[in-house]
Amino acid sequence: MNAIEWYAMIGKTALVIGMLLMVAPVMNWIERRGAGLMQNRLGPNRVGPFGLFQTIADALKFLFKEDRILGHVNPFWYFIAPIVVLIPACMTFAVIPFASSITVDGTVIRMQAAELNVGFLYVFAIASLGVYGLIMGGWASNNKFALLGSLRSSSQMISYELSMGLSVIGLVMVFSSVDLMAITQGQGEALWQLGPLTIPKWGIFVQPIGFIIFLTAVFAETNRLPFDLPEGEPEIVGFHVEYGSMKFAVFMMGEYMNMAVASGLLASLYFGGWQLLPGMGWALGNLGLAGDAHEWARIGFEMLSFTLKLSFFMWFFVWVRWTLPRFRYDQLMDLGWKVLLPLSLANIVITGAMIYYGWV
Amino acid sequence: MELSPVFFYVFGALAIACALMVVLAKSPVTSAFSLILVFFAFAAIYAMLGAHLIAALQIIVYAGAIMVLFVFVIMLLDVTRDTGEAGKPHPILMALSVLAAMSLLAVFVWAFKNTGTPAILGPFTTEAITAAGGNTQVVSELMFSEYILPFELTSVLLLGAIIGTVAIAKRQMSAARKGGGK
Amino acid sequence: MLLKTKESLIRRMYLVDVAKGLAITIKNFFFAPKITIQYPEERRKYSDRFRGQHYIKATNGVENCTACMLCPTVCPAECIHIVAGERPDKEKYPVQFEIDILRCCFCGMCEEACPKDAIKLSTIYEMSTESRDVYDRSFLMEQRGNK
Repeated sequence: MNAIEWYAMIGKTALVIGMLLMVAPVMNWIERRGAGLMQNRLGPNRVGPFGLFQTIADALKFLFKEDRILGHVNPFWYFIAPIVVLIPACMTFAVIPFASSITVDGTVIRMQAAELNVGFLYVFAIASLGVYGLIMGGWASNNKFALLGSLRSSSQMISYELSMGLSVIGLVMVFSSVDLMAITQGQGEALWQLGPLTIPKWGIFVQPIGFIIFLTAVFAETNRLPFDLPEGEPEIVGFHVEYGSMKFAVFMMGEYMNMAVASGLLASLYFGGWQLLPGMGWALGNLGLAGDAHEWARIGFEMLSFTLKLSFFMWFFVWVRWTLPRFRYDQLMDLGWKVLLPLSLANIVITGAMIYYGWV
Repeated sequence: MELSPVFFYVFGALAIACALMVVLAKSPVTSAFSLILVFFAFAAIYAMLGAHLIAALQIIVYAGAIMVLFVFVIMLLDVTRDTGEAGKPHPILMALSVLAAMSLLAVFVWAFKNTGTPAILGPFTTEAITAAGGNTQVVSELMFSEYILPFELTSVLLLGAIIGTVAIAKRQMSAARKGGGK
Repeated sequence: MLLKTKESLIRRMYLVDVAKGLAITIKNFFFAPKITIQYPEERRKYSDRFRGQHYIKATNGVENCTACMLCPTVCPAECIHIVAGERPDKEKYPVQFEIDILRCCFCGMCEEACPKDAIKLSTIYEMSTESRDVYDRSFLMEQRGNK
């Protein structure tokens, strides 16, 4: 590895980690303001401009609270559980590409923190470890309700992991790769030409059923409403009853990071990832740049495009949260096993037939 | 991709330490969680050897699915401590088992020291795999062409196991219904 | 009781309803009037009949109260304490007039009972203090009210 590769790697890692650490406070603010505005209130708007520093104030409050370790818990696992939730959440974003590649002094730099040819299998592998944090937290709390909560949440996550994995298979068949970079690149091609309008080969146009299954499963995986039975902060006793102060906040941070990863996956699998949004290509062409400047402008536009798509899905999580009521647990399991799983299997068969007849 | 020795020793030491924890830990839950770490360390070593697919599958299948089941069972059965009702085994038995383990280790060490270079390299060297488009590509191509029959047979085997489980559960359920019938 | 209803397939797919719900929330997000009152800057206007902090009405700088003891008699919380005295012009007046505001239940009976229109409940509702105050005569004599 030469110097440029080292710098690029450090830069990319710093970007991804920084983004993920920023996600929790910003999303917390967006969620609360969004909740307020949707419920005809204003939401927190006092601390700092538009209440932006509210989350910082909250974090400070959490830090200065007494960090209690209760007498009846198993101290080691109790302490380690929030970390086990947080670390996989940090790791998974590594394979999501946030722009295409750029050539600097003959070295091709792919804008992706880790280049693995297993692609999103890595995401599934690491994300499946997140469930241990919940199990550990519930078990170490040494509390019946926490244990039941952790059982509930882990069985939910395992059930929906199945349909989430299967729903992407169709996409893998279409683009014949599991590498997110290759999938995103494949989505740049044109699918149909409707007069002047070019419909790109985005995942959502190729795999609409797969998209809906994946979206639903992702909501269950990240424990967001309407499937937030693991937590259900106001009503249901979840796995983190015995947690307080910063440890509880770390669980919440893990949730927001998982949301960011899920949004990144949704954007790059089904919405063309860093592929430019309509109009951006025209804007880039009219900037009148050439050579390196043009390349860097392209990277900038691609990152902007990816960020916009990611932000939309982050917002979508919030939007859905304040729209839909929570599912009952048996409804949740029915939906997962009796609807989404057969549907995703059918989707694979249909996609196979479509590829065989050359429709996609 | 060459194996970086530093990381190899780090993950190797982690694997050995966690494997010892699996055997020596008092609480079964600690054992189970340590076993997950062992799998994780193995996956890291596979990944350093360039076998990313095996690493990912190792984590998905073993750490992500099988161990969750283990942990569930341990937690639900509430095996707290000291499951061995009979207490410690007989000292002679312990000495014998330690001796057996040591001799096995000695055989391994002797075998690895004295058999010279490992077997002849097959066609799947790291370079060949990278040229063919990464090992996900290579494994899937092989699995769906040359090894399609064993692959399908394995899935039939698993299906048989599932049906068998359901059948046993059904029989017990109907027996229970008959036994406690009103 | 569990009612089983047969819904159409479209409805059971739940997607149309989800889309409708999303439309409603986003409409509220952008267009619905926000009812929050930004408290320290903006205050709620209570009705004139609101029963808040007490005061004793005065005419030409002299309190209306004649220490007739009707209000401490009627007070259900027994929070009013009056010591009567005599002015040089032989008029009865309260030497001491104390309201233990912590006991007061703001029922407004004192205001109803007062024949001289002396004790009044204003619309002031910001009464929090850091000490356990008893409102004394000089405090009550400040004309805070709007009635």
